Parts: sequence; C-alpha cells; structure tokens
Amino acid sequence: MLEIENVTKVYPGRKGMFGSSAPVTALSDVSLSIRPGESFGLVGESGSGKTTLTRCILRLEEPTSGRIRFDGQDFATLSPAALRAMRARIQIVFQDPFASLNPRMSVHDIVTEPMVIHAAALGLGPRQRTERAAELLDLVGLGPQHLHRYPHEFSGGQRQRICVARALACKPDMVLLDEPTSALDVSVQAQVLNLLGDLQTRLGLTYLFISHDLGVIRYVCDRTALIYRGKIVEQGDTQAVFDAPQSDYARTLIAAMPEVAFD
Amino acid sequence: MALLEIRNLHLAMRSFDGEAHVLNGIELAVERRQVWGLVGETGCGKSLTGLSCSRLVPTPPGRYLQGEIRFDGQDLLAMPDAQVAALRGTRIGMIFQDPTTNLNPAFRIGTQLVDVALAAARRKPEVLGGGGRQAAERLAVQMLDKVGIPNAAERMGDYPHQFSGGMRQRVLIAMALIGRPDLLIADEPTTALDVSVQAQILRLMRSMVDEFDMGVVMITHNLGVVAQSCTHVAVMYAGNIVESGPVRDVLMAPRHPYTRALMQAIPTRDTPRGGLQGLAGSVPNLITPPPGCRFAPRCALATDTCRAATPPLTGASHRVACIHAETVDA
Repeated sequence: MLEIENVTKVYPGRKGMFGSSAPVTALSDVSLSIRPGESFGLVGESGSGKTTLTRCILRLEEPTSGRIRFDGQDFATLSPAALRAMRARIQIVFQDPFASLNPRMSVHDIVTEPMVIHAAALGLGPRQRTERAAELLDLVGLGPQHLHRYPHEFSGGQRQRICVARALACKPDMVLLDEPTSALDVSVQAQVLNLLGDLQTRLGLTYLFISHDLGVIRYVCDRTALIYRGKIVEQGDTQAVFDAPQSDYARTLIAAMPEVAFD
Repeated sequence: MALLEIRNLHLAMRSFDGEAHVLNGIELAVERRQVWGLVGETGCGKSLTGLSCSRLVPTPPGRYLQGEIRFDGQDLLAMPDAQVAALRGTRIGMIFQDPTTNLNPAFRIGTQLVDVALAAARRKPEVLGGGGRQAAERLAVQMLDKVGIPNAAERMGDYPHQFSGGMRQRVLIAMALIGRPDLLIADEPTTALDVSVQAQILRLMRSMVDEFDMGVVMITHNLGVVAQSCTHVAVMYAGNIVESGPVRDVLMAPRHPYTRALMQAIPTRDTPRGGLQGLAGSVPNLITPPPGCRFAPRCALATDTCRAATPPLTGASHRVACIHAETVDA
C-alpha cells in the first residue's frame, strides 16, 4: 500500500546573527512497507523523526532523497492535480483535538470541508455532503444533533471522534494516526482505540499509527517499527518486537515501559 | 502521628457558572518513606489536593469549606500566611510537570539553586551548616551530582536552555530537595518526558526517598508509573478518594468499580484486540454534583442507597468508598 524507500530528510543549517548551526538529519535512510488493511505502528521518542516522516508521506515536506510510493505511484512524479486527487486517499488525525479543530467552524463545516476540497473526486452536492456528514458522525458514535454545534461544546474524546469523521470524509484508503490518543484520559483513550479498530474492520482501512506509548502500539498494531534519531532500528511483527527485541534500543525502551504488573 | 494528614477536606472553587465543589471530603495520611501515588483522570481534583498540601490554592477563587490539612501535627489551613511560606522549600518541597517553565531562563542554574539554598538556610540554618554563599555553592554542586548530572561543577554556569528536558527535571528535583524537605509534592513529574527518561527520573526519586527520609505525594494519571514507583496509591474520582491503600493491594485486587474500570481501560500484554473497555458516560458537573456517590451515574452496580449518601472510605489499610465493595467478588 505504502512503500517508503531509503528516505532521507536533511534540514539545512541556519546562518544567523550568533553564528551558524549544523544541518540536521531528521530521517536517515528510512525504509518501510505498509500492507493494505494492516495497522502499522511507528514508535519513537520526541525528536526521533516520527512527525517528519508523516509530513514527508503527506508531501507537506519534500524528502531530500528516497522515494515514497502510495499504491504504486510516486508522489514526486505526479502533477499537482493528480497529487491533490491522491491526497484524498491518505488522511490524517492529529494528536491534539483542541488545536486541530477550528473553533469558529461548526462540526458540519469541519466534516464537509474535505468533501468540498475534493469535490472533483467525490462529486457530492451540498445536500449530499450534509447527508454524508450526518452518516460520518453516526459512524464515529456521535449523532446528527451534533452537526450544528461548535468544537468547544465537546469533550476531548468527542473532538477526537470529530477529527476521525473529518479524516474519513473523502473515503480514504489509509489514515495516518499521529498520537491520536495521547491527549486523552485512559478511559476515553480506550473508547477511541476501540472505535478505530472497529472502523478499520468495517471500512478496510490501512493505518499508520504513530505513538510514543508502547502499550497502545502493542494493543493496536499488527507490525511495528522503532525509530531512533531518524533511523529505523527495529521492525517486525508487533508480538516479535515486544517478546524478543533485537536491538539494544528496543530492549531499553521495552524495559522502561511503565506497566501495571508486579512480579 | 502521620507526617501529612488530610482530614475530610472540602474545597469549592468559584467559576463563571457557579461554585464548583471540587474536593469532597479528602482523607489521606502520608508517613515518612511512603510514596503515595494520587491517580485519576483530568479534573478529578488530584492537582488541587497536591497544591492544598502546601496551601498554594489561591483563595479566592478557592474556598475551604471544612476539614484540615495537618502537617507534622499542625493544621496548615489555620496557619498565618508567613508561617506557611516558611514551610515551603524547607519542609515541603514541590516539583511540577513542566521543567521548562519552572526554571528562569535568564539565570544560570547555579544561581537559581544557590538562591533557593540561601533562602532555605535563612529559616533552617542546618541546611548549610551555618555557612554562607560558598557553602550554598558547594551544596548546589553536591545536589546536582546526586541527581545524576555529569560534570556538576561545570554545569552550574549553564543556562536552563542548555539542558535537555530530563536534565532540567533533575535540576528541579535538586532544587526541591536542596532545603531537605520532609514532604515532597510532585505534580506529574514525568509526564512531559520520554519513557526511557521517565524511568530514570522515577528511579532517582525513589532512591531519594530513603536517603532524605521524606514522604512523597506523587500526582499522576498513569497507573503504570504508580505501579513502578509508589508504595501506596489513592484513586480519585470527581473530588473524592474512592480507593486507597498499599499499591499491590489496590492494583492487584481493586475493589471500587471505578478503579476496576480504570484498570480495564489500560492495554496490557494480555489484552486481546477489542478487549479494552472504555467507561461510558462522562465526569459529572461539579457545580451541581449528583447526590450520593459521584460515580453512581456511570456505575453498573448503583442502587438507590448509592444515590442517597456519599459512601465513606472504610477499611483498615486498603480502604474503599463503595457500599458494594464487600458484596462483589474480589
């Protein structure tokens, strides 16, 4: 589904008033391949390059070298129009549901906006868009009565549901989940994780699930990769990674997991 | 006599919509060398309980309705402000969540540590053994060394931005402990840190407890952190402590329906896909809290008796505030 081949991203150093800074290699030779219908977990600590990778996948950032192919097509070679059509097929849910919803837009406008942007691909009129928005809210466990409310009227968990509804608006094949539950309380996190699992089964979605919470990754993902300072240090079946980690970094990280367990 | 004893503490906070009854009869006793984890979800009152321990809740908007907070036998709520201020930093130390905002970016960390040490020594001369600035500098280096900062003497001259997040949190721990407090309040000390750094900081805090012979109240929302680093735990829900006791007793055999629900919401290695259970409903509005047990509206076991009166925290060491705790299997 998604092939990431030898991607490297270097941010140039800056020359400023107080001297210059060295270039930063945010990603170095990252290769991953995500199969259709699976949940792929990407784990790393802050500054490890997780977010840079999502930005490169969405083409918000140009990789310095390497190729990213989605469904066999290289984004770099697409025309702007084709790229836009392609973008409808990969959507993203961000970490902070308080920052990622415009407070001045109603839920209806938030959820229908992607359908307006990708109107060419979807071909929905205004009335159909509203109908679809209501369906989407229903899908994520909210209701049509929420359509004309504003983000501040919702709790963190409900807002994240709205973000999921927005991500699903233009029928994507793949959803990037960038720390979707780390701003939420555990009982709400459990609801959102179950919702995501349920949607994946019903809609056949492919997930790239990014998190620093190893417990969540272990629960959700089929396969997992560990990223450390821009390099993939380990990848494989989730169970294998957790039961028999190969790299030193994976061992340290798994040993540091705060678990509710006593010997 | 316990080092810290909170008895039937009720706190109300004024807000635009009315007065919210945010702490509803908190009962907690902390002894020296005990590490109490205070856990609960957003808005349950755990931070306000922590702040109350050093009387840092501004009044107004806060208002203590009843109860007492006894520190070493003396009620903090009845003390004059100056006397409470004298306790802060010398007998009660505090560490907060975000290590970036709690250090002054314009001063070298050495200067900041020395200031705290001198201020503490003014009230408690034995901190510096009667010495002055030079003794304070020596102590600051010693403390930085103790919290695991390499080349402590050289790093004294560095500014906060020259330290990583984990290192800054170590500096703050050094700062909280430099006055040799008897009680340490740590409000989400590792929440802003990566897991591997978190594990180091928790190990460090744990080792300091015995060395300094202090009691710790650690506020967190992560039950894993509690399991790893606390001796005791108190679970809070909507302004009440619903279950408390030695950490193993509570987490291995939770008796309150809320504690159980919380445990079922955490993915463990044996949780099958789809096996997590979220908690239906939402936290009650504390301006007009539900009568009786505040968890009753979300509880499967709730009966009319639950809705009639707030159940008291009962039991010897493992205490539960639920009338069904006995009837439900362990």
